[in-house]
Amino acid sequence: MTDGSELGRRLRERDRSAAAAALNLIETRTAEGRDQTVALLAEVSPAALGGEAPAHLVGITGPPGAGKSTLLSALVKEWRSRGQTVAVLAVDPSSKRSGGSLLGDRARIEHDPRDDGVLIRSTAAGTMLGGLAPPTREAAQALAAAFDIVVVETVGVGQSETDVADLCDTVAVIVQPGSGDVLQFLKAGIMEVPDVLVVTKADLEEIALRARRDLSAALRAVGARDTPIVAVSSIPPPKGIDELADALEAHRARADVATSRARARRLAALAEFVIEHGESALRALGGRRAAERLLAELDPALPVAELVNKLEAGRS
Amino acid sequence: MRTYAGHSTARESNELYRKNIEKGQTGLSIAFDLPTQTGYDPDHELSRGEVGKVGVSIAHKGDMHTLLDGIPLNEMNTSMTINATAAWLLALYMAVGEENGVDRKILQGTTQNDIIKEFLSRGTYAFPPAPSMRLIADMIAFTVDEVPKWNPINICSYHLQEAGATPAQEIAYALSTAQAVLDQTRAKTEEDALPRIFGRISFFVNAGIRFIEEHAKLRAMGRLWEELGRERYGVTDEKMLRFRYGVQVNSLGLTESQPENNVIRIVLEALAVTIGRNARARALQLPAWNEALGLPRPWDQQWSLRIQQILAYETDMLDYPDIFEGSKVMDELVDELAEAARAEMAIVAEHGGAVDAVDYMKTQLVESHRERVRRIESGELKVVGQNTYTSSELSPLQQGADGGILTVDPQVEEGQIAAVREWRSQRDQAAVDDALTKLAEAARDESKNIMLPTLEAAAAGATTGEWAQTLRDVFGEYRAPTGVQEAAATDDGTLAELREEVERVSEALGRRVKILVGKPGLDGHSNGAEQIAVRARDAGMDVVYQGIRLTPSEIARTAADEGVHVVGLSILSGSHRELIPTVLRELKDAGADVPVVVGGIIPRADEEELLATGVARVYTPKDFEISRIMGDIVRLVAERHNVAAAA
Repeated sequence: MTDGSELGRRLRERDRSAAAAALNLIETRTAEGRDQTVALLAEVSPAALGGEAPAHLVGITGPPGAGKSTLLSALVKEWRSRGQTVAVLAVDPSSKRSGGSLLGDRARIEHDPRDDGVLIRSTAAGTMLGGLAPPTREAAQALAAAFDIVVVETVGVGQSETDVADLCDTVAVIVQPGSGDVLQFLKAGIMEVPDVLVVTKADLEEIALRARRDLSAALRAVGARDTPIVAVSSIPPPKGIDELADALEAHRARADVATSRARARRLAALAEFVIEHGESALRALGGRRAAERLLAELDPALPVAELVNKLEAGRS
Repeated sequence: MRTYAGHSTARESNELYRKNIEKGQTGLSIAFDLPTQTGYDPDHELSRGEVGKVGVSIAHKGDMHTLLDGIPLNEMNTSMTINATAAWLLALYMAVGEENGVDRKILQGTTQNDIIKEFLSRGTYAFPPAPSMRLIADMIAFTVDEVPKWNPINICSYHLQEAGATPAQEIAYALSTAQAVLDQTRAKTEEDALPRIFGRISFFVNAGIRFIEEHAKLRAMGRLWEELGRERYGVTDEKMLRFRYGVQVNSLGLTESQPENNVIRIVLEALAVTIGRNARARALQLPAWNEALGLPRPWDQQWSLRIQQILAYETDMLDYPDIFEGSKVMDELVDELAEAARAEMAIVAEHGGAVDAVDYMKTQLVESHRERVRRIESGELKVVGQNTYTSSELSPLQQGADGGILTVDPQVEEGQIAAVREWRSQRDQAAVDDALTKLAEAARDESKNIMLPTLEAAAAGATTGEWAQTLRDVFGEYRAPTGVQEAAATDDGTLAELREEVERVSEALGRRVKILVGKPGLDGHSNGAEQIAVRARDAGMDVVYQGIRLTPSEIARTAADEGVHVVGLSILSGSHRELIPTVLRELKDAGADVPVVVGGIIPRADEEELLATGVARVYTPKDFEISRIMGDIVRLVAERHNVAAAA
C-alpha cells in the first residue's frame, strides 16, 4: 500500500510527481486507504505547514454549455504567465444507474502537456447529490500544499456551489448571457451571492452588456453591490481574462482565509461524523449546535480527521 | 468513372495520375493526407505518422506544381476531397493554373467543402463552425463568378451513414447542411445568383445493404431537394432543381471476417443507386473488399471498378426507363422516408439550423450507432460471416506475402519534413509575412472575402500550416462535440455480469476502475472510440474521453494525472506503427505504468509488432462484441493489481 505520510511530505516540498499518486490514494475507500489518507492529510495540515496552505482555492461553477472549459483554458494560461502553478479538480455529475461516468469530456482544458506547473484531474461527483464528494475536499487540501492555485470546477447552478463556497476561498459563478437561471436564483435567494460573477461570451457585445446590467440590478436588489462582474470572451483575442484573474486575487487578498478554512474543516468534520455514525450519534452529542460549539472550542489548526476523533470522543 | 487516389509525395501521385490519364481517365480525384486536410505542415507535432498516409501531402504551391506537372488543367475535371482547408487548396490549384497560363475561368472541378459532416463524423475540421461556414460562403461567392465551372461544395451524407445515421437522419442532416450553406451564402451574393448557386450544389451519398430502402432514400432526397429549392429559394428552372449526386457505397457494413463476402455487399449496394433511372447516381465510387483489413492495393481497386463495368456493360439495367414508376411499395416507402426526414429537419431548424444543431445531431448519431452496435452484438441484426455462419474455410485471398493489403513507406514523412523546411528557407519571406498579415485582417473583417488574400498567400509561397494557423489565431481552436455525454445506457440485461465484475474489481482496488479512451494523432474517425467510451461507462467504469486529435504527450499526461488503471487507444488511419510506440514511451516517462489496449484497422503483421512493443491487447473490426472487450479490460486491470479472479 502507498505510504500516505511519504506522499504528504513530498507534496509539502511541492513535489509535483507525488500529486497524482496522492489523489489516487485519497479516492481509495478501503480501510487501509483511509488510514493512509489520514496520514497524508496530517502532513499537509496547517499544523504541519505552520499555518494555512498559501494556495488560493478557487471555486468555479456554472451551467453546462456556459463555456467553463474554454474559460479555464484561458485562465490557466493567464496564471501560468504570472508564474503561478495551477491544479484543477473538475467534478463531473455521475451516471447513477451503472455507477460509471464519462469524465473529461466537458472539462478538456487546453494546456501544454509538458508543463509540470499544471495538473488537471476529473472526478465523478459520486453519490453526493449535487454536492461535493469528501475526496474532492481532501484532494483540494492536499493539492493546496503543492500548487499556487487550486481550482474546483463544478457543473450546475443552485445547490452545489454551497459546498464549493464552504471549501474554497473564492467562488466565481459563470453566467452565460441569455440564460436567466442565475438571475432568478440570486433574486429568489436560492443561491448565495458568489464572490465574483463572470459573464462569458462577451464577444456577443449587446447581449453580454444586457446580461451584465441585469446582474448588477439583481446584486443591488440583494444588497451586494460590491460583487465584481467580469465580462470575458474566450474567442481570440481573449478579453477580460487578466481582469478576472485580478478580481479573483483581489478577493483572496481581502478574505479572512484562516477563519473560513477553519470553518470549512469544522463543517467537513461534522458532515463526515454524520456519514460515519448517523444522525443518532449527533443526537447523542446533544444535537448539531452542541456539536458545533464543541468543535469551535478546539484548536482551529486541527485536521478534519482529528476533529472527527474529538466528536467521537465527545459522545461518551 | 474515376478512382480516388493519391498517396505519399506529390511526385509519386503525379506519376499515378499520368498513368491513369494515359489509360483514358479524364478526371482527377485527389486524396490528401490528414495534415493537409486539417491545416498542419509535415513538421508539426500532430502530423506525426500521418504524412502521405491516407493521401498526398501538399504543403505549398511547389508541391501543387509537382502534383499537377504535365497534366492539362484546361481539360481536367478535378475533384478534391478537401474540407476545412478547401479554400487554401483551391487557391493553390488556381495559383498553379495561373503560373501555367490557364485562366481560372475555365478551371473545372469540385471541392468537397462540407464542414458540418466533419464535426459530426469525419473529424478533419480546423476552425469553429461559424467561421468555417463563412469560409464556405466566401468560396461560393467567389467562385460563382470567378471560377464559374467549379463546384465549390459537395454535401456529404456519406459520412453520416458511416457514423450510424438512419436513412431519415442521413437525408435530414444533409439537406439541413445544404440549407445552412445556402442561407449563409444568400447574405454574400446577389439574390439573382441564388438559383445558379442552388444548381451548383451537389451531394455525395451513401448506400447501405438494405438496398430497396436505400433506393427509396435517394428518391425521397430528390423530392425534398426540389421542394427546398422551390419553396425556400424560389428556384423555378427545372435543370437547377435537379438533385445531383455521386455515391460511394457503404464501408461501415464491410467486415474483416470473411472479407470476400464484402464484394457481394458492394454489388448489391451499387445496385441500390443505379437500378431506378429516376434516381440514378451521376458518379459512382466503390470501396474495395479489403478496406476493413488495411489499405487496398491497385488490384483490389481494379476489382471494384470491374463491378461498375459489369453493371453498365453486361446487364440490361440501362436498357429500361425507370422500373419503379407506379410501384405502390416504392411510393409508400419514399413517402414514409420523406415524412420522417421532414420531421427531423424541423427539429434541426428548431435548434437554429445545422450549424447550431451540431451538438444535437452528433448526439443523435452516437445514439443510432450505439443501437446498431447493440443489435449486431445481440444477433438481432444478422451479419453473415461475423455474427452468423462464422465458420469458414481458409481464404486464399489473404495468403499472399503482403497479407492482402498495401503498405506505405515510412520514409515519406522524413522526406516531406526536410522538404517543407527547405521551402521555407528559400522563399521571399517578406512577401509571405505580408500576405499572411492581409489574410488575418480579412479574417477579422466579416465583410471581406477571404479568398483574395488566400490566393495572394498561395502565390507568395506560404505553407498549408501557416495559412491555417493564421486563421486559427483569429477564429480560435475548436473541439467538436463528442456526443457521448447524452448517449443512452445499454441496459438490456446483457451487461449485468460485466457490471458485477467491474464492481467487484473496483471494490478490491478501493476505487472505481478508471479508463482513458484516447485518439492519438489526426485521425478523426471517432465512431469506435465513442462506442467504447459509452459502453465502458455503462459497465460501471469511470471513463476519461476527450475527443480526437491528441498528441502522445497529452495522452500520457492525462493518463498519469487522472490516475487511470488502463488506457485504450483507437487509430483507423493506419498510423498505429508510428504513434502507438510513441504513446507507450511517453506513458512510461510520465510514470503511468498501466496496460494499454489498441483498437483500429490493424493488419495481422502489425498486430504482432504492437504486442511485442508492450501493447496488452489489439482489437480489429472482427472484434464486434464490445462487451467482451470490456471483460478483457477489467481482467487486465485485475491482473495488474493482483486482484484474484472471480470465484
